[in-house]
Amino acid sequence: MKNRTFFWFILPSLITMLLFIALPIVSVAVQSVHIEHEAVMVEVENCGPFGCKQELQVDVEETAKLKEERPLGQFNGLGTYTNRNHLAFTEIGLAWQSSTGFVDFMPKALNLPFYRALAFTLTYTFVVTPLVIIFGFMIALGVNTLPKRIKGPTIFISLLPMIVTPLIGSLILFWMIDANGILGATLQRIFDDPNLSLKASPTLTWIMLMVYGVWHSAPFAFIVFYAGLQTVPADTMEAAMIDGASRWERTRYVVLPHLMPLTVFISLIQLMDNFRVFEPIVSFSAQASATSLSWIIYNDLVGNESQFFGSAGATSVLTIIGVSILLIPVLIRTWRDFNQKLV
Amino acid sequence: MFLKTITFAGAFALLGSTAIAGCGISGGNVSVLSNDFPAIQAVTSAAAACAGDGVTVETNLTKDHKDIMVAALTANPAQYSSVVVSNSTLVTLMNDGLVRPLDEMVAKHGAALSKSQLITVNGKVMAVAFMANAQHLFSRTDVLEAAGVEGIPATYEDVLAAAEKIRAAGLMDYPVALNTKAGWNLAEEFVNMYMGTGADFFKSGTAEAAVNNENGVATLEMLKSLVAYSNPDYLTYDSNATQAEWEAGNLALATMWGSRGSAILDDEGSTAEVVSGTVLSAAPTWGNDARPASTLWWDGIAISTNVSDEDAEATFVAMMNGISSDVVKANNDAAVWLDGAYMPSPASAGVSGTAAGGAAPYPMLPFMGALHTALGAEITDFLQGSESAEQALADVEAAYTAAAKEQGFLN
Repeated sequence: MKNRTFFWFILPSLITMLLFIALPIVSVAVQSVHIEHEAVMVEVENCGPFGCKQELQVDVEETAKLKEERPLGQFNGLGTYTNRNHLAFTEIGLAWQSSTGFVDFMPKALNLPFYRALAFTLTYTFVVTPLVIIFGFMIALGVNTLPKRIKGPTIFISLLPMIVTPLIGSLILFWMIDANGILGATLQRIFDDPNLSLKASPTLTWIMLMVYGVWHSAPFAFIVFYAGLQTVPADTMEAAMIDGASRWERTRYVVLPHLMPLTVFISLIQLMDNFRVFEPIVSFSAQASATSLSWIIYNDLVGNESQFFGSAGATSVLTIIGVSILLIPVLIRTWRDFNQKLV
Repeated sequence: MFLKTITFAGAFALLGSTAIAGCGISGGNVSVLSNDFPAIQAVTSAAAACAGDGVTVETNLTKDHKDIMVAALTANPAQYSSVVVSNSTLVTLMNDGLVRPLDEMVAKHGAALSKSQLITVNGKVMAVAFMANAQHLFSRTDVLEAAGVEGIPATYEDVLAAAEKIRAAGLMDYPVALNTKAGWNLAEEFVNMYMGTGADFFKSGTAEAAVNNENGVATLEMLKSLVAYSNPDYLTYDSNATQAEWEAGNLALATMWGSRGSAILDDEGSTAEVVSGTVLSAAPTWGNDARPASTLWWDGIAISTNVSDEDAEATFVAMMNGISSDVVKANNDAAVWLDGAYMPSPASAGVSGTAAGGAAPYPMLPFMGALHTALGAEITDFLQGSESAEQALADVEAAYTAAAKEQGFLN
């Protein structure tokens, strides 16, 4: 293709990507390096049904003048990124200096909101992603051996957890694991502990969220693997059978290598998805025990009187950086495979 | 036939509009954004009755009004001509100058209002309050009696003693509940309890937080003693959950919103045993008994800056219609109305008692929201036992300071 033709060919998608991906990210980044204007305060008398009181208020006219001068707010550089509610350089430095060792340092670091969220986000990502791949693969192998007649309905039912909206799916589970719910009450009976509550202890909450994550995402891995299984070359399988390979050996040496590119694809998608874990935390009301980076952004913007746009912007940019770092190994691998094929 | 139907429909529509449009508005667009609960539904539907004759009335009642109000009113013209505000949300809107002074309109159309309904800031009327709300004590007298507790607890120390008796008598394992869902609800419980000490949240005349002191520590200790008698899931309990638990008969002593009172005392969603035993009373005091450990809230009407004067006036008149004495009489039990026509009922005893006991209103400070957010996120560690009260309060102040700097309240 001529360069000119190529350019015109790609132009529409280039413009769309610029408008809907690049520009919003730039705008978020710009927002994250600004904070709001210094509020000019005056002491005034507030009166209402419950009496009068002298209180500080924002002087709207004076503050409006400041806003007129600099509509974006005060430039703060990376101040928001390094403050206590984000990377907390000062606090981390102090914690490190005052600590006798790593064991002493960790709880202090995990007391800071960003690192606490990062700890859960990373644990979730690295526990859920491999489990999703393993379970998805096992379900796919199982379904593939089913007789034709019940295959269709089984596939449909297996896909249900993925079809249900995450927010709704986790809300349903939230009520099921309640002490009065079917799962919660059953667990209390099994462990013979009337005080057992999955919502109360941080450890159990983490486990519950991860079980939910696997439940929700395994169907995705399953359906991709299942599609892949239909393309396993029949003659290679036959040859392996004639050579006397057992079912396990055929899976290990024929099926798995054949599905490797799909595994890379699923891990890529799952790493991205799981790093953005959010809905179950809201639905399970789990923020007391588990927070994630996406949840911090949500909490900055929703449910409170005031919104923190700079803070939300900073966390968003940090999340984008985090996703990029996570994906680098997978991308390098894909790049190598691609180059090998060229040779 | 078709033509006939059209003519009939047209005639009815005409009749209808002349019949309904009785608010004395000549024209204008009224659009209201508000929270969603029964009392507000009554107000907005009465305001909507002013539609017709060139007046349009639109309402958006949503629990998430706080998240959209600033953006919706910053637009010019504003998306909504009025917002139903409370102590905390009015401040947020005033910070950006998004609501207008109402003095002229009150003088012209507000003859029926009493002076205590006018929310004045620096001498200017910024909102018209129509109802009061507060968290206060709900007690199950039948359970208290069965456990041998005399009377209704007046202090949180009494609440703890009563809870211990109920538990010891084997009546309930978890008799106590507060709205302790991590986040806004839990922070509100801290604010209520801290108010009971009589201390201030900020160093006088500044935006510097001042909760890391013996009052703050005592507040946290009291909250922890109370949640020891709450269901272990307490960090997921919001007002819907506590109301449901109460109506299910699982609680004997709870601090809940006054606006839930009529829903709990009605004959729906619960048994006669629970309803007949339920008594609403003032928020308890504790410690030095400075004042009831609660915050008083009002809900009121504010009018957008960024709408035409005509629309603003139409909105004000329509909303005055919404909070008129007729509406109050028809919905007497739905809220603690501030209108003179309101008749006190058992459902309002808690809020009235709390106000009469001298409880303070929720602080109308521009930076209170940031402290509230910090409290909701940082005190769970203490309640779960993973850090000391002092550390939790130091975390609150640090998180608040970072947030207040970002909003320009601190340097």
